[in-house]
Amino acid sequence: MSDLFAARTQMALSLGFHIVFAEIGIAMPLLMVLAEWRWRRTGDEVFLRLAKRWAKGSAILFAVGAVSGTVLSFELGLLWPRFMQFAGPIVGLPFSLEGFAFFTEAIFLGVYLYGWERISPRAHLAAGLIVAASGAASAIFVVMVNAWMNTPTGVTMSGAQIVSIDPIAGMLNPSSFQQSLHMLLAAYAATGLAVAGIHAAILLRKPDARFHRRALTLALMVGTPAAILQPISGDVSARTVAIWQPTKLAALEGQFATERGAPLRIGGWPDVDAQRTRFALEIPRGLSLLAFHDVDAEVKGLAAFPRENWPPLPPVHAGFQLMVGLGTAMALVSLWAVLVMFRAGDVTRHRWLLRALAIVTPFGFIATEAGWTVTEVGRQPWVVQGILRTADAVTPMPGLIVPMLAFAALYIGLSAIVIRLIMTMVRETM
Amino acid sequence: MSAASAFFSSIGLPEIVAGIMVLALNAYVLMGGADYGGGLWDLLASGPRRDAQRDLITRSIAPIWEANHVWLIVVVVLMFTAFPLAFSTLAIVLHIPITLMLIGIVLRGSAFVFRSYGSSERRARRRWGVAFASASTVTPVLLGVIIGSVASGDVATASGRIGAARFTEIFVSPWLALFPLAVGLFALALFAFLAAVYLTVEAGDDAALRDDFRARALAAAIAVAVFAAVALFLSRREAPRVIEGVVGGAWAWLLHLCTAISAVTAILALWRRNFRLARLAAAAQVTLILWGWAVAQYPFIIPMTVSIRQASAPRVTLTLLLIGLGAGALVLIPSLRYLLRTFAGRAAEARESSG
Repeated sequence: MSDLFAARTQMALSLGFHIVFAEIGIAMPLLMVLAEWRWRRTGDEVFLRLAKRWAKGSAILFAVGAVSGTVLSFELGLLWPRFMQFAGPIVGLPFSLEGFAFFTEAIFLGVYLYGWERISPRAHLAAGLIVAASGAASAIFVVMVNAWMNTPTGVTMSGAQIVSIDPIAGMLNPSSFQQSLHMLLAAYAATGLAVAGIHAAILLRKPDARFHRRALTLALMVGTPAAILQPISGDVSARTVAIWQPTKLAALEGQFATERGAPLRIGGWPDVDAQRTRFALEIPRGLSLLAFHDVDAEVKGLAAFPRENWPPLPPVHAGFQLMVGLGTAMALVSLWAVLVMFRAGDVTRHRWLLRALAIVTPFGFIATEAGWTVTEVGRQPWVVQGILRTADAVTPMPGLIVPMLAFAALYIGLSAIVIRLIMTMVRETM
Repeated sequence: MSAASAFFSSIGLPEIVAGIMVLALNAYVLMGGADYGGGLWDLLASGPRRDAQRDLITRSIAPIWEANHVWLIVVVVLMFTAFPLAFSTLAIVLHIPITLMLIGIVLRGSAFVFRSYGSSERRARRRWGVAFASASTVTPVLLGVIIGSVASGDVATASGRIGAARFTEIFVSPWLALFPLAVGLFALALFAFLAAVYLTVEAGDDAALRDDFRARALAAAIAVAVFAAVALFLSRREAPRVIEGVVGGAWAWLLHLCTAISAVTAILALWRRNFRLARLAAAAQVTLILWGWAVAQYPFIIPMTVSIRQASAPRVTLTLLLIGLGAGALVLIPSLRYLLRTFAGRAAEARESSG
């Protein structure tokens, strides 16, 4: 394994690990605040128990997210010192704002978790709301950095030299809004539907458990709107990619030739040597329609770009198909749940819906990993699109396979422990 | 006074941001450092009140450790934003100790929450307790090693020889040496001292528990003195340029005098059981030590090649960063005050209500 590949693997593992905890850290506080708010309004003790349960789960997941996020802030330099030397002055602004958002989140999470008896009910609820809001804010700031790597604005180059920088323009780059929105919706959809799925699975066995019926309803309030809106946000994101990163679009769609009225490919496998995507179900003119909202629009194929600028095709194409497929399933199940809610007034008694929700439980997190793969691998061979190659950013330290394996072991171990703890917590409520 | 006026006329945006970076590190050492020290005292808990000691440590750390930890992230972000060259140099040469420190940070934090929120079974809790306490002990040593190797000047030398020297000469020997290790143990002793002094206040009216930590604080004070002497002795050979700054110059002498006064005050206050004064003096002592190091290195971030000016980001970045920091401080300072006031004396009260 080359040092570059080891570094990329370690970065992918670290981000892939952190992103799940980050998503939960964004959405869980909203759930616990909702439960507490229902308790204060109705006086129903079940909501209080629920708020405390969810807060306990959040405490573990937030802490693991916080320490894995710390690792990332150092890892950017440990693995990609030349990227940070180049990009630090530009992306440092959103990173510092993220630092303050994260500070606020950590402070008020402490207040929320340990302050039940120490502050007024109103202050306690407000602390929870601040945790939820600052979690969302830190996600937005961090994703702005990633958006800049995809569509770097605010930097004027002369050859390999920076002539001038404009950090504000860098922050407000063409992908910032789209990517932040997509990430936030992903967090609420993935977490909301995962929590809903767990409680749905329990309700299938114990249909009358009040605790789980309330939990399911609240989780759906967070998960379903996000899951239904996500395809629209995905469309906005894809159109930005089509304009700014045509190589990435061609890779994720498996489009080799430049053509007008390009088809949308569902499934299939990109055959790099033959330069065509095999076994795909093709919807005529679908891609031109989706990417440019015009059935005759020209879509640039990979052949239009030098071969050394192509990203690795199979993971990007497969990741995209997986993300879209799972996201569509989540949106459909969510629509169904909303429909049942309006027609029957209660989602907790509909056994087929409960089954569907139980199946969908892990979909959001898998879709997130797939989507993250699409955006990161799809940008290769660049770390900053069109400006800095990943191979030129890596640390000169040899033997990078060793830290990669160490972090892999650490993250696998932590994942196993966290899953066991959460399963124990869930079992305690049954 | 011409030295002083020359110093002040050399202060510009980069120096101000560098000063804020040291301030953030200072906050991390005073708050996060004490949390690590608490871990060490968990590991060394002994005597008839062993469980009570561990309880007090856990209750004091639990609501605040995550917020305290963010200071480290602030330091890192400030460094790569404002001094990208310094950040990349450190990240390349000190890859190994930084990675080890990160593993320590992950294990410490995870083990702490696993113990607090995981299984209530005694054996499982004890296992996480040991993991938390050992990681809390190793991590500050590595932080000290990193600072020591920067101060020694070896990081800068190694950085200039990348590609021209053997692996160990660049990536190992700058930090795996006596002086950085002595600084590492010095850092651990300082954190242990801070934690023990804070815990005497946290113990509230429990006189026996209070005296447990008073004895520990006094022992840690001796360890601080011993490791300071060892580091100073080693530095004559291994970090001569920095030690010139530490022992020479009018500024340095003033700082040392204040450090010595704080140290003596802390010990006397502990001796006379004036714990609040001891806490103030201990914090002042640690603060002055940190600034003593920073002033000794000035104007270098990585002595003796990377200066604040050389490593500095463009002016526009520093200006925006300062505006961002100002706005952030407006949110952060009241929030932090609220957190600390909400949980002040919490450990003692929790004992009363449970007892």
